[in-house]
Amino acid sequence: MPAVHGGERRWEAEAAPGMAAARPLALLVLLVLGPGGWGFADPPRDSLREELVITPLPSGDVAATFQFRTRWDSELQREGVSHYRLFPKALGQLISKYSLRELHLSFTQGFWRTRYWGPPFLQAPSGAELWVWFQDTVTDVDKSWKELSNVLSGIFCASLNFIDSTNTVIPTASFKPLGLANDTDHYFLRYAVLPREVVCTENLTPWKKLLPCSSKAGLSVLLKADRLFHTSYHSQAVHIRPVCRNAHCTSISWELRQTLSVVFDAFITGQGKKDWSLFRMFSRTLTEPCPLASESRVYVDITSYNQDNETLEVNPLPTTTYQDVILGTRKTYAVYDLHDTAIINNSRNLNLQLKWKKPPENGYIHYQPAQDRLQPHLLEMLIQLPANSVTKVSIQFERALLKWTEYTPDPNHGFYVSPSVLSALVPSMVAAKPVDWEESPLFNSLFPVSDGSNYFVRLYTEPLLVNLPTPDFSMPYNVICLTCTVVAVCYGSFYNLLTRTFRIEEPSTGGLAKRLANLIRRARGVPPL
Amino acid sequence: MGLLSDPVRRRALARLVLRLNAPLWALPVAWLERTMQSVGLEVYTQSFSRQLPFPDETHERYMVSGTNVYGILRAPRAASTESLVLTVPCSSDSTNNQAVGLLLALAAHFRGQIYWAKDIIFLVTEHDLLGTEAWLEAYHDVNVTGIQSSPLQGRAGAIQAAVALELSSDVVTSLDVAVEGLNGQLPNLDLLNLFQTFCQKGGLLCTLQGKLQSQDWTSLDGPLQGLQTLLLMVLRQASGRPHGPHGLFLRYRVEALTLRGINSFRQYKYDLVAVGKTLEGMFRKLNHLLERLHQSFFLYLLPALSRFVSIGLYMPAAGFLLLVLGLKALELWMQLHEAGVGLEETGGGSGPSALHPPAQGVGLTSLVAPLLISQAMGVALYILPVLGQHVATQHFPVAEAEAVVLTLLAIYAAGLALPHSTHWVVSPQAPDRGWMALKLVALIYLALQLGCIALTNFSLGFLLAATMVPTAAVTKPHGPRPLYAALLVLTSPAATLLGSLFLWRELQEAPLSLAEGWQLFLTALAQGVLEHYTYGALLFPLLALGLYPCWLLFWNVLFWK
Repeated sequence: MPAVHGGERRWEAEAAPGMAAARPLALLVLLVLGPGGWGFADPPRDSLREELVITPLPSGDVAATFQFRTRWDSELQREGVSHYRLFPKALGQLISKYSLRELHLSFTQGFWRTRYWGPPFLQAPSGAELWVWFQDTVTDVDKSWKELSNVLSGIFCASLNFIDSTNTVIPTASFKPLGLANDTDHYFLRYAVLPREVVCTENLTPWKKLLPCSSKAGLSVLLKADRLFHTSYHSQAVHIRPVCRNAHCTSISWELRQTLSVVFDAFITGQGKKDWSLFRMFSRTLTEPCPLASESRVYVDITSYNQDNETLEVNPLPTTTYQDVILGTRKTYAVYDLHDTAIINNSRNLNLQLKWKKPPENGYIHYQPAQDRLQPHLLEMLIQLPANSVTKVSIQFERALLKWTEYTPDPNHGFYVSPSVLSALVPSMVAAKPVDWEESPLFNSLFPVSDGSNYFVRLYTEPLLVNLPTPDFSMPYNVICLTCTVVAVCYGSFYNLLTRTFRIEEPSTGGLAKRLANLIRRARGVPPL
Repeated sequence: MGLLSDPVRRRALARLVLRLNAPLWALPVAWLERTMQSVGLEVYTQSFSRQLPFPDETHERYMVSGTNVYGILRAPRAASTESLVLTVPCSSDSTNNQAVGLLLALAAHFRGQIYWAKDIIFLVTEHDLLGTEAWLEAYHDVNVTGIQSSPLQGRAGAIQAAVALELSSDVVTSLDVAVEGLNGQLPNLDLLNLFQTFCQKGGLLCTLQGKLQSQDWTSLDGPLQGLQTLLLMVLRQASGRPHGPHGLFLRYRVEALTLRGINSFRQYKYDLVAVGKTLEGMFRKLNHLLERLHQSFFLYLLPALSRFVSIGLYMPAAGFLLLVLGLKALELWMQLHEAGVGLEETGGGSGPSALHPPAQGVGLTSLVAPLLISQAMGVALYILPVLGQHVATQHFPVAEAEAVVLTLLAIYAAGLALPHSTHWVVSPQAPDRGWMALKLVALIYLALQLGCIALTNFSLGFLLAATMVPTAAVTKPHGPRPLYAALLVLTSPAATLLGSLFLWRELQEAPLSLAEGWQLFLTALAQGVLEHYTYGALLFPLLALGLYPCWLLFWNVLFWK
């Protein structure tokens, strides 16, 4: 190790005089060429692409996967790189200090239910997972691993410092380098999982800070912690790997992928409906792309699963769609490019909405409840009947007593419920010719039919005779009614007579003059008048 | 009436009867369907299956599955809102084949008539009442007894009336009519009057409870025979069994009765034409009805076909019987009150420091244990026999039905040991007040139960009141205890059932020997339990959950220490 370092330093020392000599010249050229010189310069050495994929899952839940990819055309391995633009400096220094070749770190809470949700884009175990490939120049891998986990622990506010030899393994087959690799000596691989790690806001905030736009603009405005942790699955990850800079792979670029997948529970978020919108999920809408991003897109999976005869409807309508085979199935995505001014400018913000629409003939129910003695019940249902099936529509009712004047003269016959009506468009076996209304026979033109493939049928069921509880309208009933009336009249008057006290009203005791006279008489001590 | 007047129809009927006389293994569903279709009915079938809680030894069946066949005669210019039913139960012993033949002949005849205003359903049920139950439940779209049946494809509105027919031979000497239905329900008296009118019109001999109608009510014979008929009806109604397929229709408020052709050794016999004419007349009359039968009595007792005892006459008898309980309870209440006052006075006299026992508290807390224990015995009596039949058959060499009956008797008898086991929980203080309070509660409990039963099934209520009330009133822990105990045992519900069986056979002029009586008693127990599970008869739960615990309370009072 010291020898190698010595070699590098020597190389730098040799190069330094040349650089020093060349620098004034370059400055001069720049000054002369001015702005026009940028046109000939290299393409930007770092770039950011941000992407959000929204996938309605088969179970009705919605998965949202954020990806922020930063690519930096730089040899990070060399020390002395000090100018960071998009690539987070904390991670860049890590790479160079510990001579990392690849780093994969994920924090996950929840478990991806493959049976109900289908295959994920990126699988991660519950808890924290860290696996790292070191450069083959590293001599003491375990020491670097220990230090690295401690540093990462500080960066992500996680308990990664608990990674030690007791939970570190060196897999030999499962974990291959994902990026450029010349040789794969497993000695330089370390793998550890902390299943107990609880992921929360404190882990999300440093993760967000690594983003060039932080959470100020672009897709990252959606990353509101209270919504992201109110989900059934949350997984955030950091993946660093070297990739080819160009097609010939002559030099290396570093790629940092920050991914975040969440699964929103449709039952909680959408009150049991499968419909969703960006605002309903994240309580934010998209307003602008990240100005630093070269590409900022939202993909919505609009592949129709054809289950339950439901169709998807996305609002606003996508400008383009993207089709590809993803994880073995052909999928269609609606693409929204945030750099496309038309998408944002129309309404100043983008609130993607997705609605599940059932075919309208399924499940139209109109019910107009009855009002006593004013209007009857009306129940209309539009049903699509499967072939060769029996459909039973039943209505529960209670038998009630009517008012005594409302009974018909023959109450024990029962009360009629009018027949139900069945109107249907029945597909015809034989395609009929369009009918000329005036020429065709009259029986052929009873019902207007739009096309020849259907014909119209209206059926009626038999009326229903319902027996209601009927009082006994026979003689005892009449006797009781009559007796009650007589008793009420007699009793009322007798009661009146018996309880009222009668007394003779004294005539008024005179006017003002008499009272005055009595006052005077009382003063005199004489009995009043 | 033109039924079977022409020789062609008569020959057809004879052919049918001949065909049906051939031994049948199961209901010839396809043949029935074809025949009904050829007659011009809309024919439907319904399959059903039912596993009985334990094997039915009298009918020799356990896992039952069968098919009902019914044809609907659609009335012209009617919207199928009302219908009449003619049903014939068909069981494997092919005793009812003549009835099926008559049903088909009637269907053929009715089909040609134009005056029908109500649809007529001709129903042939397999496994007699089980099939009827399955059909009725499916027709009204309910499931009361847990029978599995296919839904009905054809309906014909609200059933207004039903007649069930049972004929075992092609000639009859008389027609017997059965009215008692499930849980003692009775059809409207007008339906019976209708039958009687047509019996008289056709000169047909009609019987009630198998008894000929006495014409002479002035001498002693007529009333005596009437009394016998009345008692027979009371016993039958009290049993709560459906005495014929009509009994199940009554639950759905369909007025129904069963006609049974009886072929005895009398000289003069009628052929099926006479029976058919009677049925035709009844159906035509029912067809003309504007409303359901409702004008006449629903609650009555019949001493003869032409005479009835109305509810206004018989109800006071039950009322006075129950009044005895009420008065006795009042007396006990007064005594308790006096005793409480006396206790307080003596307590006050003996010294100011003596604690007064709370006047009501002592009585009520000591009652909880006997009440709970006797009620638990009732629950055990209701649940255990059927639940534990498999355990019993594994440990004892008995069949399931026997196991159920014997468990029933064992639990019943075990209840008699109760006073000895409840003693330890009864508080020792104020023993006299203790039994008085218990008896007071028991009297009120009994009076309430009997009152409710008498309102729904008068015969049962009256029978139980007549046996239980006197003993319940006199029972007390003092005096001749063995006599009281014997009386109590004799008037317990099971003894009443046994006595009723003997009385019933006596009235039918077929007296039982003791051994036969015991056998019949065991059969009746099994049938009672079975009918509760298959048709929803209420006698078994009523006795097990209501009257038996109540009776145990009196037993407790008798052995109070």
